[in-house]
Amino acid sequence: MIGDIFAWLGDMENSKPLALILFFSAFVGIILYVYTGKKRKQRLESYKDIPFLDDDELDPTQQEKQQVNNDESTGK
Amino acid sequence: MSTNAVPVATEQYNYGIVKKFAIMAMIWGVLGMLAGVYIASELAWPFLNFNIAEITFGRLRPVHTTLVIFGFGGSALFATSYYIVQRTCQARLWGGSILPEFTFWGWQLSIGLGVLFYMAGYTQGREYAEFIWPVDLLITVTWVAYFAIFAMTLVKRSQPHIYVANWFFMAFILATALLHIFNNLQVPVAWNSLESYALFSGVQDAMTQWWYGHNAVGFFLTAAFLGMMYYFVPKQAGRPIYSYRLSIVHFWALSFLYMWVGAHHLHWTALPDWVSTLAATFSILLLLPSWGGMINGIMTLSGAWEKLRTDPIMLFLITALAFYGMSTFEGPMMSLKSVNALSHYTDWTVGHVHSGALGWVAMISIGSFYHLIPRLWGTTLYSTKLVFVHFWLATIGVVLYIVAMWVAGIGQGLMLRAFDQYGNLAYTFIETVSFMHIPYVVRAIGGAFFLSGMLVMGYNIRKTIAGARQPAAAEGRDAVAAAAR
Repeated sequence: MIGDIFAWLGDMENSKPLALILFFSAFVGIILYVYTGKKRKQRLESYKDIPFLDDDELDPTQQEKQQVNNDESTGK
Repeated sequence: MSTNAVPVATEQYNYGIVKKFAIMAMIWGVLGMLAGVYIASELAWPFLNFNIAEITFGRLRPVHTTLVIFGFGGSALFATSYYIVQRTCQARLWGGSILPEFTFWGWQLSIGLGVLFYMAGYTQGREYAEFIWPVDLLITVTWVAYFAIFAMTLVKRSQPHIYVANWFFMAFILATALLHIFNNLQVPVAWNSLESYALFSGVQDAMTQWWYGHNAVGFFLTAAFLGMMYYFVPKQAGRPIYSYRLSIVHFWALSFLYMWVGAHHLHWTALPDWVSTLAATFSILLLLPSWGGMINGIMTLSGAWEKLRTDPIMLFLITALAFYGMSTFEGPMMSLKSVNALSHYTDWTVGHVHSGALGWVAMISIGSFYHLIPRLWGTTLYSTKLVFVHFWLATIGVVLYIVAMWVAGIGQGLMLRAFDQYGNLAYTFIETVSFMHIPYVVRAIGGAFFLSGMLVMGYNIRKTIAGARQPAAAEGRDAVAAAAR
């Protein structure tokens, strides 16, 4: 039985369309997973902030804001 | 010049190992590019071989490629991956202090021994895998330790999600392990001999070599540096990546497609034609994820384009992405059989490699280091002006290099395939060599530009680190700067 399966897979005329179906399905599956679902979209896009969660220095935008605050507080 | 102190999370994270790899990347980078300029000069002025076997082109060429790919690129990847995985997982590097140190010394020893053996004439003769078998074994052990450190740091992360940069690094580590093992299956001549035979032969050996060769480009020189890009571009821009969902599609499409394209290096050979066609087809498909990633990186700057006028580090990062886009368009085009019939075995290939290696790999690493190194030492860059100088030296160098190689390669290809009215070859081989002299001179000048930029960077980084180590001096400069304001 297993030998028959391997023999069937070993024939390129069978394995090529099978590989095409598997890989194309996987690709379509990833695209659908990534680009459907409003909640999933929000969750996935929220991960883009990870590099900024662990700042031990302020990022440039925050530095600018802090500079403005400092200037205002010192009356410049 | 500014010397504002920036706090460093030295206790939370293992920054010592990151610093060591970063410094060694700089040293290997300068030495490797020096070797590159020298061998480029040897091709333009052959007397530079001086009849000394150890410094002939044949021996110094693998010294150059090993130092820039594995010495500079590899050390830069160790440094940045160790930094990024800690910062994005909010976890200290796994393995205590011993295992990361082992990866450092194992990697540096492999590079050092490798180049010494090449100069002495010992090589496996496999492109980008010239290390002899004992060094291959040392690399294997080092790489297993690297995998364990990276994977276990991910396991003990505080952050629930694994940031996409780490996916690219993990793909790079796993793919490189596979490639290294199967491409280096060798049978030593004797247990006490440094020489060996490849396990494969004939067309299977060629296929194995180029399966390795192009995936070294795909996973070592592309995927891993994309990991670097997905962290340092958002950090330097001060805004998150343009689309996280696009980065997911980018990762899976790139990882899947790269594995199939190696055979495009063997068009018009004994390789079965269907394998060639398969490789060319996947090479064309690869354009889509490559450009998706490039667009994702560049669009991160959307709404803040003015940074390109004021921030030379951002210039490095975005120009690197532009070169990435250009070389990932040129590559698929060259993989077409008809184009390859002209471009293969010519210097067009060399130019293509360098638009990727200098324009993409080196520039993204340089930009990342300018961001990273001041933060590691808790200081700011010694001179931003010198970064601008470096940027223009590097850009002029790359442009001179690739334009010279386009002229040399396309001209050489056209001359080699030209026939006269009687069907005889129109040019002798030596006429093609003579034609390439001027482009070879321009290429050497381009390389010298790039190398001089690296020396400027070395000076800037040295002064930056020295400034961080002298807090009293830094405070003095702060006082002077404050008085000047």
